[in-house]
Amino acid sequence: MKRVAYYKGCSLEGLAVEYDRSTRIVCEAFGIELVEIPDWNCCGSTPAHSYDPLLSAALAGRNLAIAADNGCDMVMTPCPGCLKSLKGAQETCEDPQQRKAFVDLVGKDVDGLKTVSLLQLLYEEVGAEALQKAVQRPLTGHVLIPYYGCLLTRPAQKARFDDPENPISMDRLIEATGATAPDFPYKTECCGATYGVTRNDFVGRLGGRILDMAARLGGEAIVVACPLCQQNLDMRQKQINKYYKSAFNLPVPYISQIIGLALGIDPKVLGLNKLCVSPRVLLEDRTQPDQEAQRVGAAVKPGPNQPGGIAGGESIQPS
Amino acid sequence: MRIGVFVCNCGTNIAGTVDTKRVASEALSFADVVYATNYMYTCSEPGQQEIQRAIGEHGLQGVVVAACSPRMHEPTFRRAVEKAGLNRYMFEMANIREHVSWIGNDREANTQKAIDLVRMAVAKLRFNNPLFSSKMPVNKRLLVIGGGVAGIQAALDCADGGMDVVMVERKQYIGGKMAKLDKTFPTIDCSSCILGPKMVDVSQKENITLYAASEIESISGYIGNFTVQIRKKATYVNWEACTGCGLCTEKCPSKKAADYFNEGLGAARAINIPFPQAIPKKAAIDAQFCRQLNGKKCGVCAKVCPVQAVDFEMKDSIVTEQVGAIIVATGYDLFDHSAYGEYGAGRYPDVISGIQYERILSASGPYGGHIRRPSDGKEPKDIVFISCVGSRDASVGRPYCSGICCMYIAKQAILTRDHLPESNSYVFYMDIRSPGKNYDEFVRRAQEEYGVQYIRGRVGKIYPRGDRMVVQGADTLLGVQVEVEADLVVLATGVESSAGAGELAEKLRISYDQYGFYMESHPKLRPVETNTAGVYLAGACQGPKDIPSSVAQGSAAASKVQSLFAHDTIETNPQVALVNERTCISCGKCIQVCPFGAIQWKELRGGIKKAEVLPTVCQGCGVCNATCPPKAIQLQHATDNQILAEVNELCA
Repeated sequence: MKRVAYYKGCSLEGLAVEYDRSTRIVCEAFGIELVEIPDWNCCGSTPAHSYDPLLSAALAGRNLAIAADNGCDMVMTPCPGCLKSLKGAQETCEDPQQRKAFVDLVGKDVDGLKTVSLLQLLYEEVGAEALQKAVQRPLTGHVLIPYYGCLLTRPAQKARFDDPENPISMDRLIEATGATAPDFPYKTECCGATYGVTRNDFVGRLGGRILDMAARLGGEAIVVACPLCQQNLDMRQKQINKYYKSAFNLPVPYISQIIGLALGIDPKVLGLNKLCVSPRVLLEDRTQPDQEAQRVGAAVKPGPNQPGGIAGGESIQPS
Repeated sequence: MRIGVFVCNCGTNIAGTVDTKRVASEALSFADVVYATNYMYTCSEPGQQEIQRAIGEHGLQGVVVAACSPRMHEPTFRRAVEKAGLNRYMFEMANIREHVSWIGNDREANTQKAIDLVRMAVAKLRFNNPLFSSKMPVNKRLLVIGGGVAGIQAALDCADGGMDVVMVERKQYIGGKMAKLDKTFPTIDCSSCILGPKMVDVSQKENITLYAASEIESISGYIGNFTVQIRKKATYVNWEACTGCGLCTEKCPSKKAADYFNEGLGAARAINIPFPQAIPKKAAIDAQFCRQLNGKKCGVCAKVCPVQAVDFEMKDSIVTEQVGAIIVATGYDLFDHSAYGEYGAGRYPDVISGIQYERILSASGPYGGHIRRPSDGKEPKDIVFISCVGSRDASVGRPYCSGICCMYIAKQAILTRDHLPESNSYVFYMDIRSPGKNYDEFVRRAQEEYGVQYIRGRVGKIYPRGDRMVVQGADTLLGVQVEVEADLVVLATGVESSAGAGELAEKLRISYDQYGFYMESHPKLRPVETNTAGVYLAGACQGPKDIPSSVAQGSAAASKVQSLFAHDTIETNPQVALVNERTCISCGKCIQVCPFGAIQWKELRGGIKKAEVLPTVCQGCGVCNATCPPKAIQLQHATDNQILAEVNELCA
């Protein structure tokens, strides 16, 4: 059993509790032992690094140091924001000019640790092939939109995972569950999360664009790997609809929930009932091809030559 | 020995951080130094005269100049001392500019280091011996590697001068990238109309031997006497017999072969002649797609060929050519835009590269010169051009400017308007770089007369919407985001070094930069020479270049070769290894380690074998010197005694 230190971060204690639950279950199913970092503290997130980069590095670095003390060589966090902080701590520790200050604050260096996201752990340590073999309840016939968000693969030199602009790891995992993952052009676009409180109109516009494109591609749900994306697209979907004058009704499950579903785990245990937009549509069994499935399937196969089924859009509009 | 030391101020280049006066006065205390001075510009004419005057006045037998790197001015000073009656090897240079003054600001430390370097040079000079070069005949044949426009120009220039030229081209046709272009900027003249006659000239000149579909296997020898092995790749067609009638292509049943000439936009037959004007106009089989060569029953081409030229049993063959000089004109490749995930990573058929669009524009291209989209063959109405794809972008390892893209975009936008007057063209650019003659006027014309919309800003994303592409970018002049819906997106893919440039450089023993472009001997003053004597550069293999510059460099390289070939003999370099037969123990280690095969056995009377150096083959690397157990083999001008004298001074 592979031992991986687990840094869940604050979101997974509150709004994203279902992300935490499904992550643990899925990892266990694949024989990965998650060791929750004892006495973990806040990663510092945006406030810390905008106040003092060294403070940010030290806050995140303390967690890494504890993980190392617990004999782990890999740290996994499901939250891309935490991931960025943890990677920033490692970068600070490696920087010859800041190394001493960092070690003085944290008490030790954090060399030799690998920090990964849940997506990277599942994609690299488990793999699409193993997932495909483990599927009990194939999601065949469902069309799931892979949405990575802005931070998971960027900045490239920090993330060092997948293509920063055109990532495919989640696409492959979704396909392994039997579902269809259309080529989603907005897979790394901003959902407006930073302005979630101060400028709701930004979320309306940016989130609306993402939901709109997902709907045009025939998506039934938008699969995410970030608590903030999830919150923005799911909890605020009604607000977005109001702003965008639309009627989107797209559930926004986490990738861990989708994988859990495919593994045959009870949806309630995975916390699917915690989502604001009901994911009931995902529970339909479409493995017996009926007319409905064929219709959806045809609409979402935009072969490179013929992006069919999508309505023509707006003209040039400097906005 | 009576030694004179001359310390150069190099204006303030050296004197700014080195006390040259003190270096000179210290030098006077070194053994055998009878004269020392500092001078403003030692390499200037009065500076050289000062050295010559001192030689006469003080009876100097050796000279040390402490100045810049010997790379540039060692020959200058050697000539100067030779004129004053000394042997040119009774001269030493201490580099106190690149190695001292340019790299440190501590005046005291610099001065001390300069003194040390001068002391070492003096110590070495005390063990110098006069050396004399011999003369060798020059083989007045030229090898041109690469048959693009630069190589063609160089070959024709030299052939016009009456020299024998051997041209080796990797592809089955000559003409290079220019043969694929529709029109050329800034005059919009037809590329194949101006290049075609030159290509024909190459094939018709009796003193040009053309090896197409061939590559350089190995190169040995030295300036004036290179031996080149050329691998003629199997084309499965006997080119002696092939008449280029094209019947085989017509009947070939393998219709889905890769169309390299049309950049993958069309499909070729497995046996084909890439384009109508191809030189040589000979068919070749693409083994990857040929049915017969892949174990299936076919052989149609062999049956229909009226001259029985098809030979499925053909193998690569090696030919050997003797030449005296080499011009490298291997050109460039274009950046593969699949590195850009945000531009679709190559998965959208209507997001194409500049060279693909060039083929679309060309009358001999896949669509017969009608502008259509690759995806559905529709005529595009809105076309977006994006500059700097794989140029000026450190994140993809291409921080340099490709220099040609701004111009070819303007040309393609103008041609688009000519072909489709109702269309709209948009250009996203970072900066417009158009410094050539009539270049900026040309871009202006695109903007003002042809109504091409230039938008200053980068594109962040391209994605499909319906059957069109959405180009999402920034207009940094207006400070807003813009979205343009386009039917076709053309990426101005940048220039990168030719595939295999590094391996060829190693065969030629020339250097290349971190991007694979070959290094010229001096960035300003020796632009077509390499640091290997007798090897010259032309065209984009040295760095991104447009057609006028490539042609100019082709002619420049040709003129260098002609001035070399104007001599019947060249002087050999006497700085080669020499065996002391009395101490040689005949172990043969030097023969094993010599990378140039310059050492052989020599039989003395009584059957005793001793090592012998072939001075014309020896490159003076010194590996044998370091290997020889009894130190019987010594590299002249860098003997053990000379090096130890330097080390002793440094450690004293």
